Amino acid sequence: MACHATTSKSAGKQQNKDRHLTVALAGNANVGKSVIFNQLTGSNQIIGNWPGKTVERSEGTLHFEGNDITVIDLPGIYSFSTFSLEELDSREYIAYEKPDVVVNVIDASVLERNLFFTIQLMEMEIPLVICLNQVDVAKSKGLTIDVRKLEAALGIPVVPTVATRGKGIHELTKTAIKIARKTASTSRITIKYGEEVETRIDRLAQLIESERLAREYPPRWIAIKLLENDPEIQKTVVSKSERVARVSETLAEEIARIHKEPCFAVIASERYSIANRISSEVQTQTIARTTFSEKLDWITTHKIVGYITSAGVIAGLLLWTFTVGDLLSRLLSNLLGFFEPVNPEVGGSIVGVLWNGIYGGFVAGVTLVIPFVLPFYLVLAMIEDSGILTRVAFMMDSAMHKIGLHGKAIIPLILGYGCNVPAIYACRIMETRRERILAAFAITFAPCAARSIVILGTVASFVSIEWALALYAIDLAVIFAVGRIALKLVPGRSTGLVMEMHSLKVPSFSVVTKQTWTRAKSIIYMVFPIYIAGSASVQVLYVLGLLDRISEAMSPLTVWWLGLPSIAGTLLMLGVIRKELILLVLVAIYGSTNLLLFLDPVQLLVLALIGMLYIPCVSTIAILAKEFGSKTAIAICVANILSAILAGGIAFRLLTLIF
Amino acid sequence: MVSKNIEEYLEALYKLTQNGRVASTTQISRSLRIAAASVTEMLKKLARKGYVKYSPYAGTKLTDKGSRVGEKVTRKHRLLETFLHDVLEIKDDMIHRQACEMEHSLSDQAEEALCRFLRYPNKCPDDGKIIPPCDMQFSNCEECLERTRKGVEEIGRREENLTPISSLKEHHIGKVSFIRGDRKVLQRLLDMGLIAGTKIRVVRVAPLNGPIEVAVRGSKLALGRDIASNVFVEVLKDQP
Repeated sequence: MACHATTSKSAGKQQNKDRHLTVALAGNANVGKSVIFNQLTGSNQIIGNWPGKTVERSEGTLHFEGNDITVIDLPGIYSFSTFSLEELDSREYIAYEKPDVVVNVIDASVLERNLFFTIQLMEMEIPLVICLNQVDVAKSKGLTIDVRKLEAALGIPVVPTVATRGKGIHELTKTAIKIARKTASTSRITIKYGEEVETRIDRLAQLIESERLAREYPPRWIAIKLLENDPEIQKTVVSKSERVARVSETLAEEIARIHKEPCFAVIASERYSIANRISSEVQTQTIARTTFSEKLDWITTHKIVGYITSAGVIAGLLLWTFTVGDLLSRLLSNLLGFFEPVNPEVGGSIVGVLWNGIYGGFVAGVTLVIPFVLPFYLVLAMIEDSGILTRVAFMMDSAMHKIGLHGKAIIPLILGYGCNVPAIYACRIMETRRERILAAFAITFAPCAARSIVILGTVASFVSIEWALALYAIDLAVIFAVGRIALKLVPGRSTGLVMEMHSLKVPSFSVVTKQTWTRAKSIIYMVFPIYIAGSASVQVLYVLGLLDRISEAMSPLTVWWLGLPSIAGTLLMLGVIRKELILLVLVAIYGSTNLLLFLDPVQLLVLALIGMLYIPCVSTIAILAKEFGSKTAIAICVANILSAILAGGIAFRLLTLIF
Repeated sequence: MVSKNIEEYLEALYKLTQNGRVASTTQISRSLRIAAASVTEMLKKLARKGYVKYSPYAGTKLTDKGSRVGEKVTRKHRLLETFLHDVLEIKDDMIHRQACEMEHSLSDQAEEALCRFLRYPNKCPDDGKIIPPCDMQFSNCEECLERTRKGVEEIGRREENLTPISSLKEHHIGKVSFIRGDRKVLQRLLDMGLIAGTKIRVVRVAPLNGPIEVAVRGSKLALGRDIASNVFVEVLKDQP
């Protein structure tokens, strides 16, 4: 298939190939690719026991025995169809960028299903190494795999590993380099389909070759994809050669007629039967014991106990965050002077004012991330890596359906209780844009750590802890109500849950710490600059006296409808930048931490409720715009504002009756 | 040709005996608004024709033959309801009564065309009940669309009775026969190992209409209820 474009491209690449190698990791979701990536590069990369979180390609470098290696972690995918962006992206990466070797990481305990993808990789005719990971999990299920037999069946070197314990990684690296440098001899095997299919693939491949259509992809692969009715490939082929398109259509029809099934289904089921044949040849199953993790599973998925566990996990996570957060933030505020940063008394030079703002933003960031966000993500990472979160998603599926989402959406939603920003990123695990938007919309109502600080500092401290908890309950009700409305307004159909349930396991220390750090880092990079810039500009606005005017303009809303003091306008404007500014500025303005001297319990409650709902912070708006476009971001903000005004007004009138 | 009366009985029995229950004469008489004595008479007749297994005290069960007829009428009924509701936008209780009348005169050909026209609906719009799958030997809807477009030869009828995964109980074992949905749904399931011919075992059924966990090709998959209700299996073993 030597084609001019390809040859010249690879010739150019050849020159700096002596030292430098590119290794791509490919495989199903949650087979331990990211763990291997970490082992190889020591870099940070989100890893967890829920499928599909590597939504962007991550890159790292490795120096091994005099080799400079770039390691690419491709997203976890199950096939190379064009129905998901990750799949298309991965196959184009492999075809166009031509990594020196692709390491196909497969889960030894689910060999058959993983081989389905391996066969597709083999069809791309690229240098391959198989990393047979989680052999320990397979063993605990009573499965033993004959590595040599598997190598012989596939014609590809196979290295067994237990990535979480670093076992086999050295050997894997060595083998990958050997294959990349072509110093090891490999016997490439072409996996053959049934005769009726195979002869037609052959015929089509020959035609493709004679028409010189194969540029980046091998002709056989194009032939298979055409028969599978792959829209992307079909489009390219139709534009280049009508003849090939016509012939492939006829051939696909022939196959469909013989097998009484559409051609793509025939090819898929033949691929599965090949995978089944190979896996049953190389794998022996001793008595299937009930593993400890399976026994444990009933606690997480039992009819009644499962719900208690799910609720307990979420409640425990929040409780832990607030207990630890409260303790740590007390310590920190003593150290840094928590309430000092925003000091309205500051006048003087503009530089002084700005500096005060910048420093204030920095301190606020530190006192938010360290006490609240880090402990939250640490425990969340443990819940994720153990696989418990998948069970929570399983149990919560029917509840999430009520707002047009499915169980998997609980994962970004819980993340939102730490910080909305990474949570909205995590919405990418949802299948369609519609679901991503619905999930992100729900997340903007989730009380993140900053909003929790406001609730803790106002309601929990001065009204009662029960009322603080009630606010969380009200928030859940609001999420549910607005979710229902959004569902009606956003057109389209909901997709259902299809999620792999991996075995429960003891979380790995290195995975958990790395994931916690990666998430916290994304907040630091995204949120800190906005905090600092926002805080500085607020300081300037305050000194210029503009905030008072805004307050005045907003007073019909704040004073009449919500029953708050007119200063609330300022607070809410500032809160857009950072939610906890509502509390900080309140304290600063009144010059006392005893808020009850100036506000009654109803006002404190309404203020906390409004603060929780009224608008996403600037960082969140930025990420919303980035993910979904500015129109959607604005629509979400407007929905937030309206629901806050409505909920706040109602709460004010009802609460006045109670207190 | 099955008479309208028999179809009505089998349809009622199909509904009453979902989830493997038996129907009592009282239930049947209440559901059809026919006196118990006449019901008993009719059940005996249906038993003679091989549609039901009837015993005076244990209750009535459909045979495979009877179940096929009952399922077919139910399918026609629910497709017609969907049509009246979604396309003609008739939104009152009339649609049920009308569908009841129309179901008996709808030909199989029209039934298939209606299903394609409505893009293989899976649930009744008014009560959310599952529309039974068609009895053509298709393994998915894509196939049906492809065939009719190209006018390929007539495809055979299915012999076995199919059950959606959503109606299975824990430990049930089945073989996937038919998946309802477009290429996207098919592809998602196919990638996870679920295609026609695949053996599955139900591991766990979540309460409150929650998902169903099935063992497929050595892995475990959670399927949302709506997805599970579109994957039809031939039950191989229904005892734990």
